[in-house]
Amino acid sequence: MSDLTYKIIVGLEIHVQLNTRTKMFCGCALRFGEEANSRVCPVCLGLPGALPVMNGQAVEYAILTAMALNCEIAPFTKWDRKSYYYPDLPKNYQISQYDLPLGSNGYIEIPLDDGQTRRIRIRRAHLEEDAGKNLHTAGYHSQVDLNRAGTPLLEIVTEPDMNSADQVRALAVELQRIVRYLGVSEADMQKGHMRFEPNVNLVIERAGQQFKTPIAEVKNLNSFRALERSVAYEAERQLDAFIETGATMQMGNKSTRGWDDVNQVTVLQREKEEAHDYRYFPDPDLVPVMPSAEWLTQIRSRLCELPVQRQVRYVQEYGLSDYDAGVLTADRSTADFFEQAVRAGAASKRVCNLLTQVGLKLANERGRDLAGLGLEPAGVADLAKMIDAGAVSASAGNTILSAMVETGKKPDLLAQELNLIQKSDAGELERVLDQVLAENAAAVAEVTAGGKKSQKARGYLMGQVMQKTRGQANPKIVSELMSKKLGV
Amino acid sequence: MSVHDLTAIELRDRIAAGRIGSVEATRAVLDRIERVDPTVGAYLSVFRDRAIEAAEAVDRRIAAGQRVGPLAGVPVAVKDVMCTSFGATTCGSRILENFHSPYDATAVRRLLAADAVIVGKTNMDEFAMGSSTENSGLKRTVNPWDTSRVPGGSSGGSAAAVAARVCFAALGSDTGGSIRQPASFCGVVGLKPTYGRVSRYGLVAYGSSLDQIGPFGRTVADAALMLEVIAGHDPADSTSVSEDVAPVDGYLANLNQPVEGLRIGVASSFNAGADPAVRQAIDRAVSGYRGAGAQIVEVAMPHLDYAIAAYYVIATAEASSNLARYDGVHYGYRTPNPADYVEVYSKSREEAFGKEVKRRIMLGTYALSSGYYDAYYLKALKVRNLIRGDFVRAFEQCDAICMPVAPTTAFRVGEKVDDPLKMYLSDIYTIAVNLAGVPGISVPCGFDESGLPIGLQVIGPAFSEAKLLRIARMHESRTDWHTKRPAAIERITA
Repeated sequence: MSDLTYKIIVGLEIHVQLNTRTKMFCGCALRFGEEANSRVCPVCLGLPGALPVMNGQAVEYAILTAMALNCEIAPFTKWDRKSYYYPDLPKNYQISQYDLPLGSNGYIEIPLDDGQTRRIRIRRAHLEEDAGKNLHTAGYHSQVDLNRAGTPLLEIVTEPDMNSADQVRALAVELQRIVRYLGVSEADMQKGHMRFEPNVNLVIERAGQQFKTPIAEVKNLNSFRALERSVAYEAERQLDAFIETGATMQMGNKSTRGWDDVNQVTVLQREKEEAHDYRYFPDPDLVPVMPSAEWLTQIRSRLCELPVQRQVRYVQEYGLSDYDAGVLTADRSTADFFEQAVRAGAASKRVCNLLTQVGLKLANERGRDLAGLGLEPAGVADLAKMIDAGAVSASAGNTILSAMVETGKKPDLLAQELNLIQKSDAGELERVLDQVLAENAAAVAEVTAGGKKSQKARGYLMGQVMQKTRGQANPKIVSELMSKKLGV
Repeated sequence: MSVHDLTAIELRDRIAAGRIGSVEATRAVLDRIERVDPTVGAYLSVFRDRAIEAAEAVDRRIAAGQRVGPLAGVPVAVKDVMCTSFGATTCGSRILENFHSPYDATAVRRLLAADAVIVGKTNMDEFAMGSSTENSGLKRTVNPWDTSRVPGGSSGGSAAAVAARVCFAALGSDTGGSIRQPASFCGVVGLKPTYGRVSRYGLVAYGSSLDQIGPFGRTVADAALMLEVIAGHDPADSTSVSEDVAPVDGYLANLNQPVEGLRIGVASSFNAGADPAVRQAIDRAVSGYRGAGAQIVEVAMPHLDYAIAAYYVIATAEASSNLARYDGVHYGYRTPNPADYVEVYSKSREEAFGKEVKRRIMLGTYALSSGYYDAYYLKALKVRNLIRGDFVRAFEQCDAICMPVAPTTAFRVGEKVDDPLKMYLSDIYTIAVNLAGVPGISVPCGFDESGLPIGLQVIGPAFSEAKLLRIARMHESRTDWHTKRPAAIERITA
């Protein structure tokens, strides 16, 4: 067995819940966590005689996302009925898109650990309505809540282009960033706004022969962790199974598995792919969609720079580290805030440090974005400029930024109030320094002697100056004075 | 003269003029229902109190000099396939026997907005699947002209109600002839409008791409009035046509004005399959048009022979999907003591759907199944396109096509009920019109040797209802077939 090598092959299906005002085919508001069956109407209840009416906003969001995923947008698309019986599906068919998806043949660039990106092809992106929820909490009887029924879902299907659990996770994270950037979905994992279904198998080379293991589809994963782990688990499981049984991919031996989060394993749900016949046919209640050139142009104009492009640009244009660039571009409002502060004349690295060391920490703690903290790009830019001009120290700057969030006051005012203005008056600092040098003859001697202990002694003297000025001495000026006085 | 002899328009005008109260007319209709309907069986539900209250409201407003709608105070009936927020909406099915809709169909809302008095809802073939109303899971309706015969279907209740004069006008729905054929069998006027002319919102779907709501009246003018009220764009129905594309005309305004230079198309070979009495009546009607100055042109309709086959694939495919929602889970009949949720589905549907509905669900399910889709559904759609083409080409040569509504007059109760294929074939003349989406009207044009009414079908291009009604009116104005009354009913009321 030692000559065995293998490669993981993964394709991903992702359902993204769009945050339109109303449902996909009726006027019910999209709101969750409300009383069961309180957000329903004859259409989403599937009552006799009710007819669907397409939500144009959902189509726009879907096209916008498909454009961001570099898809071809279908000039003619339609709605199809997908038939299956399940109690959470009130019409016993789902309105979906079968053979003419709204978007196809696209790709997404995902960031890799080495700072490079990898292109994963997108097979298709189509719109459909979500089902309701079956609740099994009432003993013998089950209950059905149809508040979610009719919620617009964008289903995105990738080609099997991923070769590691890391890549699968990176794609999921990148897609989350994209849909949030575009403002088409909150993509809140906890609320089930994104659900993943990876299709996994292995290509194994052994003794010069190639084998493919049967594909397993893991259903309904709703966290990045579960997604990553289930893929990693599947790879191991399939390798073991191959070594044990030698079973390879055949027609119809694709299995469906679920993720057991407690035991961190996938569990077999269906051995053989059942001969599902959804009896797709065009929904006669809806008219085909033929997006006009004007409409597409208008949608395309709302397409923004995508997070991965922005991240690369931050490294190149602002000289930020890849890590910092990633943090700043993780969501659109932070990146926009950053760029506005830089545009207000502040140094990009200084703004970056303020935001990553203090601003985002506070934002995370309070569950808001930077603007939600009451910060304005201009205020942060002013603070950054004060630091770079030596008016306050970098650490005082962090204190001031926290105080800005607390009080909403301007940075210069806070620097005064908090007594954080750096002393840059050479005359005053010289007096303090003279005193320190007089009081610490031993340290002075070590500095002038040079050698190993010199740097440490110098630091000690600097510390004493800081102590006497309660941290307000401008370290640069003190250092210059010290060099002059001690001749080193 | 009895109030029942008035047309809807005559009654409306008298009510508006204060010459007769709507309450008086409504009570007269309700009393007649009590006397006649035990025999005819047109109604599944009658809204006695509600109707009288509505009539009182109209009378009060007229007395107060307030404006009222174009059907103010006129008692009308609605086929029980349209949702009403009052009473039950059964579709003639046991599965919806106790179903109460929380909303009104758009057509119903428009009737109410026009101040019509809805006296009841009429019997029908279950889910509008049938040609005799014998497929109703709830009631038997007979033909007012001969109670041993069927009223036609599926809108048999509405047609019988208008013929028996237990309402002044009614709404039906037509998927493959379900308005025109019972209108023909019952000797009244029935119009299937262009697909998209009347909103389907609240019309319980059978074959969604074919279904259309339309009126029954005793005269062409009454049908025109009803259409004027219910027609028009509805944002709740994506397939209802924008009035920018096809404005709703005043169907009554020029109704009595004959069409100048009229060209009537006839597809002789296609008509040859009808009974001799029917053929003679149609020929006589066509001669009538010639007498009125029309030019008669022979039109070729080569693909109509395939209409029934295409229809029973398309309509049943759509039906198999439309009727999937009746599953015992959310509303309607649920089997008692199911073992599991799959039995909720299978037993509820098995126990509450009738034979014909099951047959069509199975046909449609089969047609849509993978491996068969192309051979059946897709091919049927191609045939449908060819049939559309036949009509488009025919209307390049003529303004309207005349043909029979049905190959026979009303057949006997039970005569075809065990032979579905024979039943399907009785829709040969009506089905193509639904596949093409064009409007068609049935107007009385004679009687057979048994005294049973015969209908003339006049078919026009899409959205030509105004002209089509005028052409139908030209026939009506030169004949008196529409003034005849069913003797069987006269005997009951005498």
